[in-house]
Amino acid sequence: MKLDVPSDLGMVGDAVELVASHLPPGTLSPRRISFNLRTALAEALGNAIRYGTGEDPARVVSISVELGHGVVRIHVVDDGNGFDPSRLPDPTHPDNLEREYGRGLFVIRHLVDDVAFNEKGNGICLTLRAG
Amino acid sequence: MRFTLKKDKSGVVIVGVEGQLIVGNRQELKQKVLDALEEGSRKFIIDFSKTGYIDSSGLGVLVSLSKKIREQGGELRLAGLNADLQTLFELTKLDTLFAITKTAEEALAAF
Repeated sequence: MKLDVPSDLGMVGDAVELVASHLPPGTLSPRRISFNLRTALAEALGNAIRYGTGEDPARVVSISVELGHGVVRIHVVDDGNGFDPSRLPDPTHPDNLEREYGRGLFVIRHLVDDVAFNEKGNGICLTLRAG
Repeated sequence: MRFTLKKDKSGVVIVGVEGQLIVGNRQELKQKVLDALEEGSRKFIIDFSKTGYIDSSGLGVLVSLSKKIREQGGELRLAGLNADLQTLFELTKLDTLFAITKTAEEALAAF
């Protein structure tokens, strides 16, 4: 499955539902789809739109879904300059707890089985294994 | 996804989040609560009993609202988190920042 999402934060919910509802039955448990996949994809897509394409409605963020044996991989790629995922502060540190932003990648890492970035840092791959 | 808003007889504002609280609709929730704050309400419950998922933007708006409400001498409580949402709050350590109850009724009784 491939999907190009206009760079509009208001589209995130619908795009997530489209992906989640088109997964073949049995790919992942209903709970992992309803919570883990939806939340992680919303995070990744929201980040791509906000930080990658700058919410420019003329630009798109591409989502592609790969289905393997007992595994789902979701790629989210924007056309931005990328970022260094290793340089993010710990959102659970007491100094950061009351910040409004900065939890997205932390949440993603805890909800999926693997997270990988492309070299440029403008593409993320989320891996969820069956269970 | 939608938000419901009602005021109970003791003046507590109860906001229901149906569906999800994510980057695309967090501003709507923020505005509803800020409008009620502007009108003089000081006690708020956000009821997540019909919420499927919350992303970090949703968590962030709750942090921001909690701060604003406290600055006005008010209080915000969260209610109705399912097991997955409770886990989300625990792993982000936001369960230490918010008063969380199992139901909106328990939150009301705690005011």
